[in-house]
Parts: sequence; structure tokens; C-alpha cells
Amino acid sequence: MEHKIRVLVAKPGLDGHDRGAKVLARAFMEAGMEVIYTGIRRTPEQIAEVARQEDVDVVALSCLSGAHNTLFPKVVDLLREKGMGDVLVVGGGVIPDEDVPFLKAHGIEEVFGPGTPLATSVEYIRTHVNREA
Amino acid sequence: MYEKETIGKLKAAKAVWQERVDRIQSGKSSKPYTDRASTSGIDVGLVYTPEDVADMDYMRDLGFPGEYPYTRGYQATMYRGRLWTMRQYAGFATVEESNKRYKYLLGQGQTGLSIAFDLPTQLGLDADHPLAEGEVGKVGVSVSSLADLEVLFDGIPLDQVSTSMTINAPAAVLLAMYIALARRRGISPDKLDGTIQNDILKEYSSRGTYIFPPAPSMRITNDIFAYCSKEVPNWNTISISGYHMREAGCTAVQEVAFTLADGIAYVDAAIKAGLDVDSFAARLSFFFNAHNNLLEEVAKFRAARRMWAHIMKERFHAQNPKSMMLRFHTQTAGCTLTSQQPDNNIVRVTLQALAAVLGGTQSLHTNSRDEALSLPTEDSVRIALRTQQIIGFESGVTDTVDPLAGSFYIEAMTNRIEEEAWKYITKIDELGGAVKAIENGFIQQEIQKASYQYQLEIESGKRIIVGVNRFQVDEKPARNLMHIDSALYEKRRGELAAMKAGRDGAKVQAALARLKQTAEGNANLMPGVIEAVDAYATLGEVCDVLRSVFGEYESDASF
Amino acid sequence: MDVRAGVLAGDIRSVARGISWVENDDPRAAELIRGIYPSTGRAYIVGLTGSPGVGKSTLVSRMAALMATGKRKVGVLAVDPTSPFSGGAILGDRVRMFDVALSPNVYIRSMGTRGSLGGISRATRMASRVLDAAGFDWVLVETVGAGQSEVDVHDVAYTTVVVMAPGMGDEIQAMKAGIMEIGDVFVVNKADRDGADRTAAQVASIVQLSDEREWHPPVLKVSAELNQGIESIIEAIGQHKSFLEHSGKLAEAKASMARRDVLEILRARLSEDLQHELDQPVLQEKLDEVANRHSDPYTVVDTVFEQYWRKP
Repeated sequence: MEHKIRVLVAKPGLDGHDRGAKVLARAFMEAGMEVIYTGIRRTPEQIAEVARQEDVDVVALSCLSGAHNTLFPKVVDLLREKGMGDVLVVGGGVIPDEDVPFLKAHGIEEVFGPGTPLATSVEYIRTHVNREA
Repeated sequence: MYEKETIGKLKAAKAVWQERVDRIQSGKSSKPYTDRASTSGIDVGLVYTPEDVADMDYMRDLGFPGEYPYTRGYQATMYRGRLWTMRQYAGFATVEESNKRYKYLLGQGQTGLSIAFDLPTQLGLDADHPLAEGEVGKVGVSVSSLADLEVLFDGIPLDQVSTSMTINAPAAVLLAMYIALARRRGISPDKLDGTIQNDILKEYSSRGTYIFPPAPSMRITNDIFAYCSKEVPNWNTISISGYHMREAGCTAVQEVAFTLADGIAYVDAAIKAGLDVDSFAARLSFFFNAHNNLLEEVAKFRAARRMWAHIMKERFHAQNPKSMMLRFHTQTAGCTLTSQQPDNNIVRVTLQALAAVLGGTQSLHTNSRDEALSLPTEDSVRIALRTQQIIGFESGVTDTVDPLAGSFYIEAMTNRIEEEAWKYITKIDELGGAVKAIENGFIQQEIQKASYQYQLEIESGKRIIVGVNRFQVDEKPARNLMHIDSALYEKRRGELAAMKAGRDGAKVQAALARLKQTAEGNANLMPGVIEAVDAYATLGEVCDVLRSVFGEYESDASF
Repeated sequence: MDVRAGVLAGDIRSVARGISWVENDDPRAAELIRGIYPSTGRAYIVGLTGSPGVGKSTLVSRMAALMATGKRKVGVLAVDPTSPFSGGAILGDRVRMFDVALSPNVYIRSMGTRGSLGGISRATRMASRVLDAAGFDWVLVETVGAGQSEVDVHDVAYTTVVVMAPGMGDEIQAMKAGIMEIGDVFVVNKADRDGADRTAAQVASIVQLSDEREWHPPVLKVSAELNQGIESIIEAIGQHKSFLEHSGKLAEAKASMARRDVLEILRARLSEDLQHELDQPVLQEKLDEVANRHSDPYTVVDTVFEQYWRKP
């Protein structure tokens, strides 16, 4: 059996807008990936711990409240602490372009803004996921 | 509306015409037509004629403005009497800055305030709660106690503005603070005019800022209805909202159906709690989305108005005509704003606002062009407000009431939306009502399906979004966006600590203990909440008491 | 990362990776299981099954929280369906289990069925061995919840809990034949709702009718949402466990579990080999003949088997 890509679609922060996260989860599923969805209002600690227990290859963070600069890097730090630095972390939501360099410098490898085609996100994950050695 | 004979002749003539149209080949001057459907999946004909509205009875189905079934508007004079309330949703960061923005908007000719709260406030968490880090002041203003509200409304006469608050799960607490503030300023609560959103059902189905489980949430709603009917009679105690379900991706038909189903659930619950339908129903208000499809949207508003009139009269046997009138606020569709070529959003918003006005809205918020990227800047907010003013004062669409009535297409579409929406309401009734339909995920799944479908249509190019999947340009990153300082969390922690140090702790504890007792029993919660916030108990403290009694809701994510 | 040592030491990251290997049929899985199998056989495995919407996930989460008191560790394997079209899956049980997400003694793993039809995945069996070796005292297996065909969980668990909800009258009738027979404990969840007593009575009457066994399955009313009655389930599981122990049936069950461990791997390996066999060029002609109706499947199978078993 081939290695199935496992993705954690996670919503850190307090906003309840999960339309994008759910649409993305469904697109990943239809692209043959296994998707674990956290539901809304999760803390970085919960997200990192679930990523560890579920042995995911990708953590896709979605936040529309504007708290991304605080929350996304926290998730990355916690993943590294747990020895999961090789997990691909991507982000999306209402994220101004000017915040993107900051997020990239803090381990969010790609940021998908509003209007990103689903196929683009799917393809990015397929080509950038770190296969375990 | 037409004689049988006329329709008969018309049918024959249309058949001949249709045959000719169907023969049209692709050529230089003419093209054959393609199939079209509205966003709700209703087939749209190439042309509409009296045949499409042959069964319509003018007095039964439309009537006059201000008269049952209110299809043409709930007031007789509509915008000829007075324009809609231009109400821009605003609020960010600190109470001081938001206060400045409100005064600016009132100075620019805005006629009502609409308070946006940040997420910690909306979730009943104080600004110093650990979960609030990074969230304080981000999507609205941070209010944790009466002390904050005092600053927020500094210099704003509470008896002269109408204030709308987008607050749901902790609506009782914010309303209590507003009442306490008014009393302190010597204003009697019966002089207060405004709205609390207070629509918890759509929080479960789409917006996500719920705290308590459905049953205690419905009790709080009933307590607010009952309290306000006596003490704050001009207050709109709920704004039953389809807006957020539409934002979450549902169709126009679903928006009408799910919103009215929620409305039915609130009325049912209040009647079960012993309230007389006419004692509270006139204070129910609604909140809809204005999306891109101009004519479908106009039809949607008209259908919703007619359906609610029927529901109140026939299902709930309301006597007071005011109980049958669907009054609504509209906001243009945030989800249609694109981050690509953001100035195009001004045009989208114009069309959407036009739909709301042609549909007879009572108040309107127009989104700002940059809201796909961040909170709007002052410049963008001004353009958005000017859009409303141009429609109101220059376009001429307000010169006569319900100007699109009688359009074959508009009437046929109004009928079709109503028909399809009834089907959903019947289905929800069969499931045991909106609360049950939300608990078992039906409504969420329907929204989710529609939302995914919409996205696939964009991806496949079947649905064209200008600047996104057609007519793209190379774009420079947007500049001059509004930024909220993340250090606000620290500032607010300090403020809260100072406020708590200055209040009478024993008085707070006593009030909270009494509130807990009330919550455990059946008495109305409002007086106790007012007493607590008046003693400067914080939002978080009050909600914690309620959490300890009511528990917290955890959603099943539906796919 | 030394996954074997990590699993034996109870390291979560290693457990998670080990289960991935098992799920992916990674060659390293065989090696891992070889290395840890001697340390298995200690965990008590409980299966939970029942239709969608009865609240299994919330129930499992509540049970895990309660079972993990003291130093006891609980592992949860939550199975969700894999799409037969895309091969992908949305594993959604986790959403209802966040109460225990940060509990240090609870481990939750979501699994897709990946083509299996009996309510659990093929890897569930070996995944529970990994948890067993890692020192988990309890393993809770939550099935897909697709209905009465879900009897596989009975083969991987010592105690099977069947969960239902009020208002399932017709379904209970329909379930008589399948799922009702595998239940060792019956739980009517959402007992705060109308009709719970009726549902419980219906279940009890069916259980009594069908029962000639020495164990009499209890029928419990609980509310996972309100966190009421959860301890009664754990108590009932405990009683069933001691019944199995004292009657010698637990030893029997463990022996047959070991036998099925072997059988499952054997079956998987044979199936793979046979697939490979069918891909051999020499057989293409024969397959074509079947397609053209010049031959038939039985004849070709006889040929394949002859060749297969003759191989050195």
C-alpha cells in the first residue's frame, strides 16, 4: 500500500468561520489524502499534540480573526519541540500580504490567501510534503 | 392577473417564438442561448411573460405596501417617507479608538451605530483570558466590563442613536451593560432604541461563536424577550440572521428557509415558555445577506417578507399586524469580496446594496473594498457609506415603492424562491424543527454541500469571478491596510487589573452568587445580570457563572 | 528514530509512526511487530459500535477520560470511512474528543477504513498491538458506524459495546440478526431525550430472547453529552472482563485472537502474492481466454493454484 498523505486541517484562534477549512478538507480528501479536522477554536498546544498523535505529514492552519501572527508561529514552535520539525506547515485565511514574510520566517512554509484555487493548495502539498526517511 | 384567453393566446404566440429561437444558429449577429440557473439552482428562462405569473392574485400575493402579506414592503411609504438606516458595522481595537470612529461616522451622516466586538468578547471571555492572546481588538472592539462601555459611548447620547450590537451568546450581558449605562446617565430604558443580534441558532449552524448548549441558550433568549417586552419596549431583541449562513456558502433559497426556520424555533420556544405571541413578535428583526445575483436577491427579500407574514398569521395566529412584518437589516456579502483588484469590490458592493434597497431593507451595511484583506481603513469605509448615499439620493430607485414589482421575472422568481424555501421548512419541521435539524447536522450539511459546489464551479470556470478566475492582472501587494497592534493584549490586561482593584469585590461576589442561584432556577436572568454588571462584574465572570450552571457546547463538525 | 524502542518505552511519537507503518503496509511494520509482539497481550481491548449519530465519539471521549484516572493509559482507535472513489478520507471523530486531547494518558488515533468493509480497517488489529506493546492498559476501538454489517469489531475486541440512541425502534428490529448478537454491553446514549426508556426496553427484550449464553448483556442508559452514567459502562466492561477471566474464556479469546493475527497476515500476504501471480505474462493468455469465454474462471484458478503451490 502506498504512503497516504495525512493532513491536519486546524483552526487555531477564536473565529468560527470554517467554510474555507471545510472546503479545503474536502478537497484534500478528494485528492486521496487522509484529513483530520480539529473543529474550531483550538489552541496551538492542542493542534501540535493532535499532529503528534496522528502522525500527520502536513498541518494546514486556517485563521480569519487576524491572530495568525501570534498563533501560527506558536504551532510551529510546539511541533519542533515535539520532534516534528519535518512536518509541512501551511497557512491560510485573511492574511495581508505584508504578514507573509514574517510567517515564512517563522516556519509557515506557504501562505494561501483568499481566492487560492483548491488545486493549487493540493498540488503544493503533494510536491512539498516531506516523506519520512 | 390575466384573463384565461389572454394567456391562451400568449402561449400559442410564445410557442411560435420559441421555435424560432431554438433554430438560431451560431452566426455573426446572433448566437443560440445557453442554459442558466440562479445561484439557488432555480432554472432561469430566456424570457418571462404573463404566462409565468398567470396564477398570481395581486391582492392576495402582493397587496399594497404596509399591508398583508407585506410582499411590497412593511411600511406604506417606504423610502419616500424616510431612507433606510445607514449603519456601518464598526469597531476595532480599543474602546477609545472605536468611540472616535463612531463619532466620525455619525459626523459623516450615518444614522445608526453598529458595534463590532472582538472574538473574546463574543465568546464571553475577558480580554485577559489566555485564549484572548492575539485576538484582542482584532475583529472588533474589546469590551470586558461596564467601565469599557462607559468609554465606548462617551459623548454619544444613548437616547438619540439606535445602537445595533453584533453579540450573540453573551447578548444578555452586553444588553445589561447598555441598560446599566443608560440608567447611570439618567436615561430610562424605555427610551433606548437598538438591536442585539442574539441569534444563537445560526451560531451553531454557521458562525461558530456559541458558548452554552441549545437548551439553556434558548432560555436566555426567552428571558431577554420577556424582560424587554416590559422594560425596553423599543429594543429589537433578536436579529434572526441568514447572513452568516449565506457567508458560509448556502444558497439564496436556503438562506430564506433556514432563517425563517430559526425564526419559527424562537417563536415556538417563547410561546412554550408562556409568552403571548403578540407580546414579543413585533420586536423580532431579521438580518440578511445581499449577494451578487441582483434580481434573485431582490426576489429573495420579497419572498422572505411574504413567507414570514404567512407564518406569523397562519401558524402562530398572531393578531397584531406588527407581529407579521418582517423587518430586516442587510449587509452586502463579505464572501464575494476579492483580494484581487480590490477596487472592483466597490462595484460589487454597489450592486449588492442596490439589491437590498430594491428588496426593501430597513437598514444597510455596505462592506468596504479592502475587507478581504483586513479591517477597513477610514477611506474605504467612507466610500462604502457614500455608495449608500448615492443610491439613496441620486439613483432614483427610492422614488417609488418596490419598483420592480410586476416584473414577470421578479414575480416568478419570488414565487419560485418561496416554493423551494417551503420545501426546506417542511423538511425541517419533519426533523422536529430547527434546533433538532441543527443538532443532527442537517442544516450544516446542506450549507456545506452548497458551499463546496460553489467553490467547484469557480475552480472549473463555470462560475466567473472577475479578477479571480478571469480578467486577472499582475498585482502588487496591497498597501495601507489597517493594522491592529498585537500588544493590545498586554494593555488590556493592565486595564482590567486596575478596574478590578478599584471595584467593590464583595458586592461583585454577592451579585454573582445571586445570579448563580437564578440560573439554577427558572426566574428571569436579566435583572441579576444587570445587577452584576452594574457592580462591575466582568463579562467573563458573568459568563463563567452561567457556564458553571449551563455547561458548554461542543460542535460536531459536519461534512 | 528507533520506533521499536520508542514504542516499548511508551513514546507517543513512536507509537504514532508505528501505526502509520502498519497502516501503509510499510516493510518496516513487519519488523516492528516482530520486535514488540512478545510485549503484547496485556491490554484489554474494547470495541464500540453503533449507527452514525448515536454519539459514539463523545462517549468514547468521556470513557477515555474516566478510564485514564490514576496511572492507567487509554488508547483510542477511531475508524472513519475511506472514500472508495478517491481513497481519501475525512477523519472527523477527533472533533468530539478534544476534552481529552491534552490528557497525558490518552492517545487517540484516527484511521481510515482503506477498503475494508466490516467497520474497522485491516490495520486496526495490528495498531492495537502497537498500543498494547506501548503499555496502554485499555484500547478502545470505535467503528465507522455504518450499521449492521459491522461485526468485525467483535474479532479484535474482548468486550463489544453496542451504542444506540432513543428513537431507533425500526433500526433495532433490523439489527436483531447482526449487531445485536455481538454486543456484550448495550448502551442507550442520549438518555435525557424522549424515548430512551422505550429503546432500552426494546433492546432488553431482544437481548433476553436471544440469550442462552452465560453472560447476560446489561442494557445501560447514559448521556455522553451531560457526562452521566459513563462509570456504569466502565463497570459493566469490568464485569464482563472478570466473567471472561473466571470462565476461562479470556484465555480462549486471546488464543483465537493470536490465531486471527496469523490468519490476517497470511491472508494479506497470499492475496498480494496471488495478485502478483495474475500479473505474470504467462497467465495473460489464460485471462484473455476467460474474457473471450473460451475458458472459465474455475479452470484458470486450478491452473494458478497448481503453479503457485508447486513453486519452491
